[in-house]
This record gives sequence, C-alpha cells and structure tokens, in this order.
Amino acid sequence: MIKADNLSKHFGAIKAVDKVSFEVTEGETMVLLGTSGCGKTTTLKMLNRLIEPTSGTISINGRDVASRQPEELRRGIGYVLQNNGLFPHYTVAQNIAVVPNLLKWDRAKTQKRTTELMEKLHLSVQYLNAYPNELSGGQQQRVGLARALVADAPVLLMDEPFGALDNVTRTKIHAEFKALDELKRKTIIMVTHDVQEAFALGDRIVIMDKGRIVQQGTPQELLFTPANDFVKDFLKEQHLQLELRSVKLTDIWPGLTDTGRKTHTDLLSADENMWTALEGFKFTQHDNINIINQHTREIKSVGFEALMSAYYQYKKQPHHE
Amino acid sequence: MNEQQQSLLDFMRQQSDKLLSQTLEHIGLTFISLLLAVMIGLPLGILIARKKQLSGSVLGFAGVLQTIPSIALLGFMIPLLGIGPKPAIVALLLYALLPIIRNTYTGITGVDVSIKEAAVAMGMSKWQILKQVELPLAMPVILAGIRTATVINVGVATLASYIAAGGLGEFIFGGISLNNTNMILAGAIPAALLAIVFDFLLSLIQKMNFRKVRLGVYALPVITLLLASFYFIPSAYGGKLTAGFTPEFMGRQDGNLGLRDRYGLKIHTIVISDAVMYKAAYEKELDVISGYSTDGRLKAYDLVVLDDDKHIFPPYYAAPIVSEVALKKFPELERTLNMLSGTITDSIMTELNYRTDYLHQSPERVAKEFLESKNLYKPARNGKAGIVRIGSKIFGEQYILANMYAMLIRGYTNYDVSTKTGLGGTKICFDALTNNQIDFYPEYTGTGLLAILQAQPQTVNKLMSDKERTYNFVKAEFNKRYNIKWLTPIGFNNAYALMMRRKQAQELNVRTISELKNHTNTN
Ligand SMILES: Nc1ncnc2c1ncn2[C@@H]1O[C@H](COP(=O)(O)OP(=O)(O)O)[C@@H](O)[C@H]1O
Ligand SMILES: [Mg+2]
Repeated sequence: MIKADNLSKHFGAIKAVDKVSFEVTEGETMVLLGTSGCGKTTTLKMLNRLIEPTSGTISINGRDVASRQPEELRRGIGYVLQNNGLFPHYTVAQNIAVVPNLLKWDRAKTQKRTTELMEKLHLSVQYLNAYPNELSGGQQQRVGLARALVADAPVLLMDEPFGALDNVTRTKIHAEFKALDELKRKTIIMVTHDVQEAFALGDRIVIMDKGRIVQQGTPQELLFTPANDFVKDFLKEQHLQLELRSVKLTDIWPGLTDTGRKTHTDLLSADENMWTALEGFKFTQHDNINIINQHTREIKSVGFEALMSAYYQYKKQPHHE
Repeated sequence: MNEQQQSLLDFMRQQSDKLLSQTLEHIGLTFISLLLAVMIGLPLGILIARKKQLSGSVLGFAGVLQTIPSIALLGFMIPLLGIGPKPAIVALLLYALLPIIRNTYTGITGVDVSIKEAAVAMGMSKWQILKQVELPLAMPVILAGIRTATVINVGVATLASYIAAGGLGEFIFGGISLNNTNMILAGAIPAALLAIVFDFLLSLIQKMNFRKVRLGVYALPVITLLLASFYFIPSAYGGKLTAGFTPEFMGRQDGNLGLRDRYGLKIHTIVISDAVMYKAAYEKELDVISGYSTDGRLKAYDLVVLDDDKHIFPPYYAAPIVSEVALKKFPELERTLNMLSGTITDSIMTELNYRTDYLHQSPERVAKEFLESKNLYKPARNGKAGIVRIGSKIFGEQYILANMYAMLIRGYTNYDVSTKTGLGGTKICFDALTNNQIDFYPEYTGTGLLAILQAQPQTVNKLMSDKERTYNFVKAEFNKRYNIKWLTPIGFNNAYALMMRRKQAQELNVRTISELKNHTNTN
C-alpha cells in the first residue's frame, strides 16, 4: 500500500533522513520509533509532501506521490499533528468540517458524519460549537483525530498524537484507539518516541536512529531477536513489560491448561496480551480468569501459575512466529 | 473662563454649517485615504510575508515615508497632483501605509506554524490558507494597524486645508493666523474627538472574539466606504468660478468677511496656503485668489489685481519711518530718504519683487539698476560723518528698499551705512526702532494702523477707504506716542487684493470686484 524506497532528506549538511526504505501493507499500523531528532517527523512529512525528499521515491497504491497534485494528495491522507494544530478561530464543528468543505460535501452529509465521529470518539455534541481553547488537552486530541478521520481517507499519518497528554489519559486513549472500528481498516503510520506506545499500538515497528533505520519488524521480533546492541539497549528499561505485552494469549494457547473451575462470568479475549491478563488478576482479585478464543470458541479458565508456566514454555521455543 | 466657553459655543453655533461640512470633509478625507491605504497596504503586507527577502526594503521605504514632515509631503504632492483633495488623499495614504503593511506582515508571519502546517496537510491551497487561516488569525494585529493609521490620519488631515482639501484644519489654521482662540478650538476639539471616537470604536472591533469578529470584518469596509463618501457631500456649489483664500484672509473683516458683507460676493471658496495659491491660479485650479498687490508672483504668473472699488482692503502704503533722534543726528537723512518718494508704483514694485523672488537676482543688483534707470544712482562717497543704521523685515521687498536707501545715503551724503536686514516681523523691527537699535525702516500704513497702533474697529472703518487720512492718522499718532516720524510715502500700496489670470479677467470683462460679483452672482 505505502512504499518508501531509499528515501533521503538532507538539510544542508544534516542528513535528517538517510536512505530509508519500508513498506506498509493495507490495514496495518506501522510505528516509527526513535529518540527526538532521529528523523521520524521528516520521514512522515515526506509521505504527504509537506517536505520534498532529497532523493528516493514514495508510492501509495502503486502511484508515485511526486506525480500527484499535492493538495489533492493531502485531501486523501488524514494527518494528526503532535500539538493537534486545531484552528483556534474555528469551532469544533468547523474544524472537523475543513476537509469535507474542501471536498465540497453538502452540509447535511458533513453534519451527519461529524455527529457520528463525535459519538465514536466519546465527545459530547455540546462541544460542537465550542472553540478549541475551551476544551481539555484530551478533548482537543480527539477533535484533531476526528478532523483527520472525517473524510474516511484510507491512509492516516500521526505525529506523536498522544505526546501532549499525561500518562493516565494516554493509557486510556490507547485502549480506545485500538478499539475504534474506524481505524481497523486504515493504513496507519504513527510516529512516537514512547516505546510503550509503539508496542501498544504498532503491528510493526521501525526503529530509527540518526536518520537511518536500525531495525524493523513485529514487536516480538524486536524484543526477542534485536538486530544489535542499540535496539537491545533501547528496549531494555521496559523489557519485561514489553515482553508481556508482545505475547498474545493465542500464542501460548496450546500450553494453557484449563482448570475447569469457572468461579465468575468475566471473559477475556485470547487476542489480548499477557500483560492485560496479568492486570486482570491484579484488578479483579479473582484467582482465575476465563479466556475465550474467538477463533475456536473455546473457553479456558486458568490460574496465575498455569498462565506463567505456559508463558515460559512459549519463550523456550526457538522461533516466535 | 466661563465667558470663553460661552463664546466658543456661540462661535460653534454661528458657524455650525461650516463646522458640519468641515467635520464631514475631515472624516471623508481620513477614510478615503484609509480605504486606499488598506487596499494597497494589505496586499503588500501579504506579499512581504510570503517573500521575506522583500520585507526589509518595503518596510524601510514605508518607514521613510512616515518620517517626512507632513507639510513637506504635502508640498511634494503639489507639483505632481496640484491642489485639492487628490494630493491630500495621496499624502494621507502614504502616512497610513506603514502601520498597515507592518501589522499585516507581523500578523501573518506570527500565525502559529503548526496551525499553518495543519492547513497545508489537510490539502488547503495557498489562497485558501490565506483567506481561511492566516488573515482571520492575523486580523486582531491588522486591525491594530488600521487603528493606528486612522488616528494618524485624523491628525494629519488637519493639514489638508493647506492645499485646499478642506477639513477641520480650516478652522485650526485660520484661527492661528487670526489669533482667534475660539476658531482654533472649534477645529481642534472636533478633530481630537474624532480621533478618540474612531480609536475607541476600532478597539471594540479589535477586542471582539472570533464569533463576532467576522461580522466586524465584513462591516468595516462598508462603514469605511460610507464615511469616505462624506467627503463628497458638501461639494454642491453654484457658479463656475473657484476662489482660493488663505486661512487668514478667510476670517478677516478686511478679507472674505468684507467681501461678503460689502460686495455680497458669493463664490465657491476653498482654503489654501499662500505658498501654493499663486501657482494654483496660474494652473487654472483656482480663478480668484487673495494675495498681496506687489507680490512678484503676480507678474510671474501673469495675474491682474481687481480694483477694490468699495474699499474694503485698508491701504498699505510704504514709507520709511525714522526716529526723531536720528533725524536730529543726521540732518541730511530726511531729504535723502524722500528722494525715493513717488518713484515706485504698484506695478514697478511688483516687477522688482519678481526679479528678486522669481528670477533670484540679488536685491543689491535690483536696487542699483532701478536707481540707475531713474538717474538717482551715485557712486559711494565713502564719507565718515557717522553711521546710519537701516532695518528691514524679513522679506524680499524690504531687502530691496533697504538697499536703495543704503545706496542713496552713501551716494548723496557723507554718512556711512550699516544694514540690519531680516529683523523678522513687524514687532521686532518696531521694537528695534523704539529701542534705538536702528535709525529707520520701511513700514506700511495699514500695519501701523492695525498691528502697531491696534486702532479700534470704528477708527479703522472710518479711515480705511482713504489712503490720505490713514497716512495722516498714523503719522500723527506715531509722532505723539513714539517720537517717530513717517516720511513721504514711496508710492506703492502693498495691500490685500483679489487677483485673477489676466486672460480670464479680460475674457470675462472683469476689472473690479463689483464686476466680479455681478459675474458670479448672475451665473
Ligand atoms: N527544516 C529543517 N531545517 C534544518 N534542519 C531540520 C529541519 N527539520 C528537521 N531538521 C533536522 O533534522 C533532524 C530530524 O528532525 P525530525 O525529523 O524533526 O526529528 P524527530 O521527528 O525524529 O524528532 C533533526 O536534527 C532536525 O534538527
Ligand atoms: Mg518529531
């Protein structure tokens, strides 16, 4: 769907982006991860031609973006800015309607779509006529997201979308973000410097350093087969949590032994990860959890020890694919 | 104090027609130029916000324009655009330009980059970004610039009256030259109020929030246009001839007031400064002007003086006035000075003034050649029998006369001469004479009567029509009060006069003010 080939951007002597290549398939969420100044934003902005590359090519759906009219290209790509970039002189409704107006939608269609999105993003419609400065940071972020989603562009670019939020809000928004059906069918490229965020949201992660790609792969690949010491060190601090997040319950499903004692009716999807399952023990105070495998419709009720032993068993296997 | 207020209100009530039309003209001038300044300044500001390499030179140029003194700027405009509203509007527009360009530039470049980037990223075109994002967000800053420009314009527009563009300056400057406080205040107070009111109204628009500001922004050009159109309302005059009078002439009994009272002259009149009046008449911008009957420009621009057949202009016959002390000290002085009497008529004096003021010949040369033509010139004797001190006021005619007297004294007596020319105005010259700093200087009967003796209006009215009686009156009074003697008049009368282009006067067959009146009032 999106393909970058040998992409470089030099600002004078600074090689902000240096021969970067990657591919994002349709419906996938790819995260560009790295410390500040490593070239993530520059890479992202080249995709919708906010910045023109020094060399290299980008194609979306097989069409070279350089051959397209920039305004028309951008109207087909949602873009969420780090500090949301909402127009302070527009109301929430007007902000969301910017792209529909550019696309000359009729008023009723815009209105309908706006209300729909407000609902999905848990924004009360009473804010429609509010100005951005009357909203909290989290609400502004949602409006920024709504603005990027409103025209239902197949591609969404996000530059540190949750950077301005505090930790609690951010974790909450991550969960909502993942649950949002609007996003499930979109091809998303997201930039972040937050390792946890990358692992929480990314199907695939591209780690960048000094303008170059150090390693790209699924969260598991990065964790369990780091390409070099840089990647290892980069992930070290949150290694345990990341590991737990990177392993889904479906991965360890075969090793899980069912106790057969269902003491309550709460169900946890096997698509969730180990971290969430452990949190389930912590928050519910039950001594076992019920996991449902959506694909087989099987339910296993497991205790803490059983869960951990299945996890270690999984980790001992040589390949995690 | 109370009396002062009372009479100011009386003045305003009496002159309410004029006050209203001047105020409307003032508002009109301010807003026409403001509108044009916005139409030019806004796009320029946008341009330099786009092409920053131009910003230095454009802002620099607009800044330089603003440092030119207003009077000088108006002066520069006259050769290009003549007199009247056109040059005034252009000058005002140039003053208003800097704040508008600068604030547009600052406003637009000050818009948060991330907001601009968001606009680009959503696929807005440059024009859409300008219209929907940059201009609305820069609007409070731009409005602040317009506000500054408005206040500047209200102030500078008072000077428009110098070049016949009307406005409240007519009262202000007329009042200053007539030393009429009520008249000054009748112009200055409304001008100050206009500045305060417009400043306040614009501050309200500027402080509006986004919800209302759009309305304000749309309403503003409409209101501005409306206010600008005020300028054209008062311009409904009859007749085809246009008169241009100085502010001073406008307010004097022996000026425009007399023209109306005694002659019943009704003519479309605009107020203009002496500096440009003659040229404007020559260029057919004006048909009738108020001037001085011996002014060299009369000849330079081929104008003729209309005969004051009802004698409203007091006689200003020139004669040397000498202290009695000097007459005793220099027994030959009186005889020598009187050699000039009767030799210089109005037209000769005009010719001589023309040669110094217009052809820039030196007063010595002009004086010498004149004396030679009258066979009066004799080479200096270089005598040592004392020094006669000659004074003169600070204008060409007086320099010429002082030079003639110096040559006569040196040629016909054994006295030497020291000249103290350029003694400013009447007061300085006269004080120098009474304090024995000089021995004599040329003075005019009208000045003696009105400025020095400050005669009562009844006296003035009685004397005014008769040059002999005026001369006799000042001669007697000066002798009695100051021990100063008026010698025999030189011959010419440098009085107020109405003048027209020679060709037009002949075509219309107008020789006197009465004939002018018949002509304008039947038309
Ligand atoms: N317009 C620019 N001009 C010069 N240098 C730039 C410009 N934009 C970015 N850079 C430099 O390029 C490098 C990468 O920047 P960026 O892509 O913004 O990093 P990141 O988003 O990963 O923090 C940094 O060193 C930054 O200073
Ligand atoms: Mg960045």
